Amino acid sequence: MKKIGFYAVALFFTALLTGFNATAAAFADIHGFVEAGAGYRTSDDPHEAGRSLSETRLQADLNGDMGPGSVIIKADFLYDDMEDDHSVDLSGGEGWLDLREFNFSFSPLDFMDLKSGRQILTWGTGDMIFINDMFPKDWVSFFSGRQSEYLKAPSDALKMSFFSPLINADAVYTPQFDSDRYITGERISYWNGTLGAIAGRNAVALTEKPDDWFGDSETALRLYRNFHGVETALYGYEGFWKSPAGMSAGGKAVFPSLRVLGVSARWNFLNGIANAEAGKYDSMDDRDGDNPMIRNGEVRFLAGYEHELMKNLMLSMQFYTEHIEDYGNYVSSLFPGVTAKDENRRLLTMRLTKSAMKQNLVMSAFVFYSPTDKDMYLRPKVSYQASDSLFFETGANIFGGENVHTFFGQFTENDNIYFRVKRGF
Amino acid sequence: MKIKKLLTSAALVCFAAQLSAGTGKLAVDEVVRKANNAAYYGGDDGRSAVRMTIKDKLGRVREREFTILRKDESDGGKQYFYVYFRKPSDVRKMVFIVWKNIDKGDDRWLYLPALDLVKRIAASDKRTSFAGSDYMYEDVSGRGLGEDSHELLEGTDTRYIINNRPKDADAVEFSSYKVWIDKQNFVPMKTEYLDKSGELYRTVEALSVENIDDIPTVVKARVTNHISGSVTSLEFKNIKYNIGLKKSVFTERYLRRPPREARK
Repeated sequence: MKKIGFYAVALFFTALLTGFNATAAAFADIHGFVEAGAGYRTSDDPHEAGRSLSETRLQADLNGDMGPGSVIIKADFLYDDMEDDHSVDLSGGEGWLDLREFNFSFSPLDFMDLKSGRQILTWGTGDMIFINDMFPKDWVSFFSGRQSEYLKAPSDALKMSFFSPLINADAVYTPQFDSDRYITGERISYWNGTLGAIAGRNAVALTEKPDDWFGDSETALRLYRNFHGVETALYGYEGFWKSPAGMSAGGKAVFPSLRVLGVSARWNFLNGIANAEAGKYDSMDDRDGDNPMIRNGEVRFLAGYEHELMKNLMLSMQFYTEHIEDYGNYVSSLFPGVTAKDENRRLLTMRLTKSAMKQNLVMSAFVFYSPTDKDMYLRPKVSYQASDSLFFETGANIFGGENVHTFFGQFTENDNIYFRVKRGF
Repeated sequence: MKIKKLLTSAALVCFAAQLSAGTGKLAVDEVVRKANNAAYYGGDDGRSAVRMTIKDKLGRVREREFTILRKDESDGGKQYFYVYFRKPSDVRKMVFIVWKNIDKGDDRWLYLPALDLVKRIAASDKRTSFAGSDYMYEDVSGRGLGEDSHELLEGTDTRYIINNRPKDADAVEFSSYKVWIDKQNFVPMKTEYLDKSGELYRTVEALSVENIDDIPTVVKARVTNHISGSVTSLEFKNIKYNIGLKKSVFTERYLRRPPREARK
């Protein structure tokens, strides 16, 4: 709850600075939606509830101009029937309130923008694959059938942007580490290496998260420029693995230090869009890769292409690879009995999107397939916009794999179907 | 001096004669160029609030509201478009930017605010529906003049009539389209598209034209799809020209952070 107080104080001072009249007038512009969602597991997981989604939410989105800048407040009020405890944890996105955005942005200089507060941040070129986007993701929402916008979890950060004809720069400073909303076993069962088995509510992951304000901070940088339609970028990140990537001596999952350097490009190619991105993950607490308790460094690469196959039918394909560095050290340091990961994990994705009835009916299928892990993940979805305000959606999350310890293979007991209805205002 | 003048005027006469000999070809290109400028290049830049009403044959209505900002590098040349959506709620705050290129495919981006995602869109689907309406993306930013061959037909007292055939017939859904152009101000008043079997299937009409800042401007328009029975009406409000938009408005900076010109 502490953070709510922080925001209230921030807003109060902003109001003081810019005048109360402006504050009162600013929030005439309220929009949002109410939504009910239900999801069921199609396979019987002994470690999880039968339902995968059972919630009603009201999103209120308030926008206003205040003095020289603008304020956005976007809050989700949530009744989640899957949870017994409804108390609010703003960082983890738990409880009856999920504050998606609460920020103030303005341009102190002609060539500079500032955005301060809770915000959703995204950059990079991948489609549901992230290399240089080190902002928090919500994997629980993603796998349990919430709307795709919930894949991105908010950051509490200061974003500074600088613009010039030569180059543009974004610097994002997050004073207290914002982790992913990662798989804990509470809603989605996962491979627990310590138990050597699939675990769920019987072995909810206990974590030790870096949480010192200013001490455990994150810095993300992007330099970018558009060369006549070719978008290029350089990235840097200093912080922590966003989801657990190691084990402490006490047996808790940890978020070791991480540094990432990367590049990307995106351009028009043969009537479609091509993109390529690479990143070098430097696992700072295990630079030689010989500590079995901490994830090794990696080199990640992505190439993708999207084009219109025929009218109203889009096809996008991606090739992605993760190369473990110091693989020899990794293998020789493993505890006996632990299955080694492959040196190179390769992943192919394909997304087909068909729209019909003037884009009111959209059918899509997104498939991830790894020939090295021999596992897959399928996301079929049908959405129907029945009127300007009424929206229906149904879909599924289907996992498959030969082994239970691979990235998608560990989720095979979590297949689910979901349905939602939403009314916007 | 006199002789020189005489010679000059003789040369001018010869030149004029040459001109009129080639009138057929010159005239059609001239009309098409002027019509293109009248339809898409008013002023050096401009802004308009658009209200779009889509009515299907069963009478069901959908509404869209958005602001368009535009800036030209030169008349008939490269152009930048910025579209900020207000309604309905599911597309609210989305932004669409087009860099209309003359010598290559357009560059297009869509910004999804809920994900803070800058999505790049392929240029190939220009002839798909714009925001679920009977308008197409290409109607918003204009079709490249070089993509069709143009023929001047016999016009009326007030209209030039141009018939247009696509050079790459496989790239489009029509076989040809005819445009009625106002002889006074060169504003295209009506366009009829024939499908591959030669049947009329789509009509775009200017319903009301007003002089705004001395620029003839379509303030009401309508698109009819004769096959589906769907009709889209457009109303343009708060139109302003030459407001001094900076080129930077059409970049990623303002894609992620819509300027007040667009939000107001």
